[in-house]
Amino acid sequence: MRFSKSLIILALSAGLAACGDSDKSSDNMDEALEEMTMEMGEMATNHQFMVEVVNLTAAQPFSPVAVIAHTEGMLWQIGEPASEALEIMAEGGDNSELLAAEMTMQAASAESPLPPGEQVTLTLTTGELNSLKISLATMLVNTNDAFTGLNAIDVSSLAVNESMSRTSFAYDAGTEANSEAQGTIPGPADSGEGYNEMRDDINRVAMHPGVVSQDDGLTNSVLTSQHKFDNPVARITITRTQ
Amino acid sequence: MKALPLTLFAACALTSLASQAAELDIKLTNLTQGLHFTPILITAHNSDSKLFSVAMPASTALQTMAEGGNLEPLMTEATAANSDMVANPAEGLLAPASSTMASLSTKDSNNYLSLTAMLLPTNDGFVGLDSWMIPTEAGTYTIYLNAYDAGTEANDELVVEGSGMPGTPGIPAAPGGNAGMNGSGVTSSETNMMVHIHPGNLGDDDLEAGMSDLDNTVHRWLNPVAMLTVTVK
Repeated sequence: MRFSKSLIILALSAGLAACGDSDKSSDNMDEALEEMTMEMGEMATNHQFMVEVVNLTAAQPFSPVAVIAHTEGMLWQIGEPASEALEIMAEGGDNSELLAAEMTMQAASAESPLPPGEQVTLTLTTGELNSLKISLATMLVNTNDAFTGLNAIDVSSLAVNESMSRTSFAYDAGTEANSEAQGTIPGPADSGEGYNEMRDDINRVAMHPGVVSQDDGLTNSVLTSQHKFDNPVARITITRTQ
Repeated sequence: MKALPLTLFAACALTSLASQAAELDIKLTNLTQGLHFTPILITAHNSDSKLFSVAMPASTALQTMAEGGNLEPLMTEATAANSDMVANPAEGLLAPASSTMASLSTKDSNNYLSLTAMLLPTNDGFVGLDSWMIPTEAGTYTIYLNAYDAGTEANDELVVEGSGMPGTPGIPAAPGGNAGMNGSGVTSSETNMMVHIHPGNLGDDDLEAGMSDLDNTVHRWLNPVAMLTVTVK
């Protein structure tokens, strides 16, 4: 620790030298202090992130939210077929396969679905900070295969007590046609089937076109106007607490 | 504590703003599940030579692009304005959930980036970017793009072959091959004659009849419809 202190002084005096750098000297000090705190923190404990998710929709409960910490990989890519783990989550809300994905370093899951208008906070604790990313996924359960989340958000430069906020779009896993038909939607609007290994849609992940509902011209839909949604569907705030 | 250093930094950086010629790598992703983009036009231009302006009437060149996918008039105007451009990087249609790449070198005075491509199947819908200021700082920037309505044609949602000429009602094509026929027409008028955010396709669930030739589970969308990634080198 003594070593770090003298480094701060060095950084300070070097920072005062030129015009281009003078404005940064205070930042340098902040950073150095931060690093010191970080190092002290590391000795005692790990890095901790709180992930708060708010369901912004009118009537689309979210399946138990899954968050994972990882340094490489992505949960999905626009234009690519969904992984089986993503398909299972997006069609039926079961996140167990996603949590167990190979790239996962740490994972957490909400214990229950997240109703519209409510929020949930999950905690991730990791030893690694370098290249650390956080991903999140949850199904909009009154749909065939809509999901939302965050894909590999880099949190490695987030300082302790600093947070970042994002809103997220509704995506379509592309693995089940959006028939909205009775028996095909696992949420309370239908209590129908969840995951089915058959893929009868475009087999590429894309943005979701929204649900149509029986009130807006899809005669065989079990959904009503209240189940419609627009982007964004969730607000996610990641705060580094340690 | 944070704001002050930033201001000072901006003051120090001012000198480097004079020249803005840039080398750009551009990636456009069609985020939709059921819409095709017609040939894409990307221009770097000065503050006057926009491709379109919201809440203003569409130019004839924009109308020609938005109703039939024809870029020629917009390209002629861009050339006359000394804009830098990439035309048709996808070499045809950009399918749903697909991407295309392009590179663009911009001149000193062309500090703004714009983009247009017609959305199929729509009557006069297009994906647009209007005058995004090209950053001077090297880096990769992500921009989400919305669907606009040129305001030049009623959204009747009827697929009519040969209707791509400006002023001819109808949707010229449904490239996914998943549209219907014999629709009676959703509407015959356009109340907002200015460029505006597209209200979306309605569609219906009867491919043989009904109001619309479009499929309401396939041809709708929610914004944004595209993701543009610009790398300033």
